[in-house]
Amino acid sequence: MQIPAPFDYARATSVDDAIALLTRYGEDAHIVAGGHSLLPMMRLRLARPEWLIDINELTELDYVRRDGDRLRVGALTRHRTLLESAEVGSLFPIVVDAERVVADPVVRNRGTIGGSLCQADPAEDLSTVCTVLGAEAVIRGADGDRVIGMDEFHVGPYETAVAFNEVLVEVRFPIRLRSSSAYEKVERRVGDWAVAAAGAAVTLADDGALDDVAIGVTAVGLSERVADAEDLLRGNRPTDDLIAEAGRRTAAAVDPMTDQRGSEAYKRHLAGELTQRVLRSAIARATRGDENDGQGQEA
Amino acid sequence: MHVTMTVNGEEVERDIEPRVLLVHFLRENLGLTGTHWGCDTSNCGTCVVQLDGQPVKSCTVLAAMADGHAVRTVEGLDAGGTLDPVQQGFMVEHGLQCGFCTPGMMLTARALLDENPNPTETEIREAISGQICRCTGYATIVRAIQWAAEHPAEAVEKVAQS
Repeated sequence: MQIPAPFDYARATSVDDAIALLTRYGEDAHIVAGGHSLLPMMRLRLARPEWLIDINELTELDYVRRDGDRLRVGALTRHRTLLESAEVGSLFPIVVDAERVVADPVVRNRGTIGGSLCQADPAEDLSTVCTVLGAEAVIRGADGDRVIGMDEFHVGPYETAVAFNEVLVEVRFPIRLRSSSAYEKVERRVGDWAVAAAGAAVTLADDGALDDVAIGVTAVGLSERVADAEDLLRGNRPTDDLIAEAGRRTAAAVDPMTDQRGSEAYKRHLAGELTQRVLRSAIARATRGDENDGQGQEA
Repeated sequence: MHVTMTVNGEEVERDIEPRVLLVHFLRENLGLTGTHWGCDTSNCGTCVVQLDGQPVKSCTVLAAMADGHAVRTVEGLDAGGTLDPVQQGFMVEHGLQCGFCTPGMMLTARALLDENPNPTETEIREAISGQICRCTGYATIVRAIQWAAEHPAEAVEKVAQS
């Protein structure tokens, strides 16, 4: 029987209360939301917080709200809510693509977007999604909010810019016209981590050229966007040859490790192939979405 | 710490250590051993119970997190001695062999049918995709859930009486 080491438990009554508790108990305190990454790590003693600050009752952090040219998602929004949100699906089909393959349906009832991002597992899907969409993280501390991009948010594997006495409260996604996105993952079975995955977001110019493009990969040793492949595509009409070359450049840019999920060569192949697929899918969705202001549509 | 929650419609309260997982709280503190405990890593799904009506893996929920909430286990599926249609379906369609995954499968099935009374086969398979049957009896589990969808509660009562 795997049981976590002893800890003390406090239920936060507000975000400010959570910050006060984190400040009081210091580095030995840890926020728990869905708990589906943290609790298994605690059972394996890979994590041993002295205090758990439970934020599950903070329903004020559970929302999906359109606010002008951005979509604001509360950090406590469950995976299932994102998957089932028509607004999210229409604006950012990449989120729905990814949420379909985040863990399994029962786990998605508990797991949250904020928890996924703060866990910062290198094989985690939503980090890639947020990076590709140019999302911003709203982090609250005793002195108020600060807003940072995903490149700054990710410090390293299992490490983010959220300080011990801060709380990720919101993720903001910029809404762009004539844009769409896609995500595809290869996993050995439902609920497993990715062998490899790729995500892409595109914005089309009036003539069908790629006004802007973002490419990201999961679980293949590259947390930044694939600048080499993006530079190749940006400003050009996306021909089959160009997309194939973007796949080759992505395969060359990644740095996967051979493990029980696959060989280095296989993962490199997947990174290239999945990049081509998500580019084609995102472009097709953006093209189809032209009639409704290019806000994308579910495939 | 002290926790109070509703389990199968009855209020229970206990003093527990904060590290007690919901599955062990149910089995050891309340004696409700119908909820099974399997992989310990939120993969196998035999420990699924409903928390406020939604299926959750109780090995990855602290009992403390359920404080003030409603839990439903396999012991709470029947209504006054009449088996839930899901339970009937598992009997009629041979939805279990060794029975280890069964309680979790049935709680997920009940939640699915409460939200979607007429699911497609794909929707059923998707709903139970986070749960493992090591007898690999998925085909009969799917048929059991389909049987329950085709025989909602009133119909089951008639079957029982006939």
